[in-house]
Amino acid sequence: MAIASNKAAAQSGSARRETEVPPDLTKDQEIAAFRDMLLIRRFEEKAGQLYGMGLIGGFCHLYIGQEAVVVGMQMSLKAGDQVITGYRDHGHMLACGMESRGVMAELTGRRGGYSKGKGGSMHMFSVEKSFYGGHGIVGAQVPLGTGLAFANKYRGNDNVSLTYFGDGAANQGQVYESFNMAKLWNLPVIYIIENNQYGMGTAVARASATTTLATRGSAHGIPGESVDGMDVRAVKAVGEKAVKWCRDGNGPIILEMMTYRYRGHSMSDPAKYRTKEEVDKYRTERDPIEQVRARLLAKKLSSDEALKKIDTEVRAIVNDAAEFATNDAEPDASELYTDVYA
Amino acid sequence: MPDLNLVQAINLALRRAMADDPTVLVLGEDVGINGGVFRATDGLWKLYGDSRVLDTPLAEAGITGVSIGLAAQGFRPVLEIQFSGFAYACIDQILNHASRLRKRTMGRLTCPMVLRSPTGGGIHAIEHHSESPEAMFAHIPGLKVVIPSSPQGAYGLLLAAIRDPDPIIFLEPTRLYRSAKDEVADDGASIPLGRCIVLRTGRDVTLVSWGGMVKDTLEAANRLATDHRIDAEVIDVATLKPLDSATVIDSVKRTGRLVVVHEAPLTCGFGAEIAARVAHQALTSLLAPIERVTGCDTMMPYPRLEHLYMPQAERIAEAVRRTVAYS
Repeated sequence: MAIASNKAAAQSGSARRETEVPPDLTKDQEIAAFRDMLLIRRFEEKAGQLYGMGLIGGFCHLYIGQEAVVVGMQMSLKAGDQVITGYRDHGHMLACGMESRGVMAELTGRRGGYSKGKGGSMHMFSVEKSFYGGHGIVGAQVPLGTGLAFANKYRGNDNVSLTYFGDGAANQGQVYESFNMAKLWNLPVIYIIENNQYGMGTAVARASATTTLATRGSAHGIPGESVDGMDVRAVKAVGEKAVKWCRDGNGPIILEMMTYRYRGHSMSDPAKYRTKEEVDKYRTERDPIEQVRARLLAKKLSSDEALKKIDTEVRAIVNDAAEFATNDAEPDASELYTDVYA
Repeated sequence: MPDLNLVQAINLALRRAMADDPTVLVLGEDVGINGGVFRATDGLWKLYGDSRVLDTPLAEAGITGVSIGLAAQGFRPVLEIQFSGFAYACIDQILNHASRLRKRTMGRLTCPMVLRSPTGGGIHAIEHHSESPEAMFAHIPGLKVVIPSSPQGAYGLLLAAIRDPDPIIFLEPTRLYRSAKDEVADDGASIPLGRCIVLRTGRDVTLVSWGGMVKDTLEAANRLATDHRIDAEVIDVATLKPLDSATVIDSVKRTGRLVVVHEAPLTCGFGAEIAARVAHQALTSLLAPIERVTGCDTMMPYPRLEHLYMPQAERIAEAVRRTVAYS
């Protein structure tokens, strides 16, 4: 990929789709990606179970299927780079290094949660890990992420803001207000559109006049690239180039990650708007974790046994988090009025 | 007559309104093929297709503005916003355009649109899925604000709202969607807007509420009758704006005592408006200070603290006992 040439492509209204095989990861990188994606997968499966048991209130949006996006992008960051996203956010938190216990306990509304049990699934933050939420209003985080990038530029550091949103949010007006300002002021922000092909229950083509979302910045002169978001190698490769683009002072860039969520929009969505065959096809042919497993085994970089061991370790972390989130104390009544004002 | 829950009653009213009037269009996120996040629009898309039932992009501000444009051309758009916490994104279009179109054009253009949205807590969801913004909307001149408290009320009030010539915010108590059941006749009869509904007559105290809290208020009234021989009158406001103050004031003039119940925060809640009107027009009838039993001046909390936030029947009964004991 050559970002400079994509700028022209974006401006002419056509994004180039990555077709060549992305560069290999090292053995350590493959194993790290495998482990990090598996942690998200197992965490979300457990969250789904706890939701089914009535331990999680309201709405819960699982990231299963999309793990390669956040894990691949995270591999291209350095300390101080900010991450901000919408409500399908548990994977981003774990990828940023937030503790499973704290995230799960927030889902169950316990005081050990990242928001003391007062925020829930969509509203968690960790300034220490540069994770700026967790936002429930579709697209509303996009100007916020643009503001984070503004701060980086103002301070003269070379940090980058990773501003995630979905294909549904890509139709919100404030996204385009943000694009304009980001380019006008040349801000170091990567807009990552996680195109999982459905905005809630409505397919992209039924909600979007143009469906190649990578070109959505063309009116503002922001280059874009569509990426195979099911392949962690492709995500990492494009992520590194985009991060460099921003650090070098070239301003904003858009990455459209072609991905897929296996579960419904939220736990209360039976997802009847798509076929079982469609979901199965992704699961069996494109699964981001299975791709890594297959490569590791084919190249004999790991063994079934070693990968199983990783799964066991990951499951132990998730079970411990669930245990904690089930038994931790509920927030005290006085918490109703805390953190409302200084 | 079939027993319907509140969401089914809404669906029935929408079917009736669409059948009666070809200018009624339904718009919103996932309202078509999916039938809406709570299935309120279930089946409409099959009946009327893309031309009258529109799955919109996720763009609350935009689709509100588009609805206003349609209304200005004589259509009657019924726009669904999935949760009332998402309606804040529409506020500029609602406040600066929908509510003012008639005034600005001296009646040459009007805005007969209905913005439907689930409202209130009790479903264990986080803040913006659980809030009660009715007073904010009621503060805007040119808007009407309607909140049903039962399936039957939802059917009749929604039909009235759709047939009304002005823009209406129609808030549906989410926790009643499936819990409340009523016999609902599909007779196409609307319930007039701007009138309170007296649900229980009583001599000792007037309880005023709306939406999801009506159920708890009635429960408190029944408990007070059995346990304390306190005879409470219960009024469901139903239309917050225009407010039928006469029914409330007449009642307070008879009982001398008023307790207003709502789940929105206390400060600047709609209870303040009712209290002010009663203080102005029935001051000399009052035998005790007006009580307000409300949500808290804080963000709607996630589930473990929700019960502390919501006015429960016991908290209502306590306020009633206080006002009755006052001398």
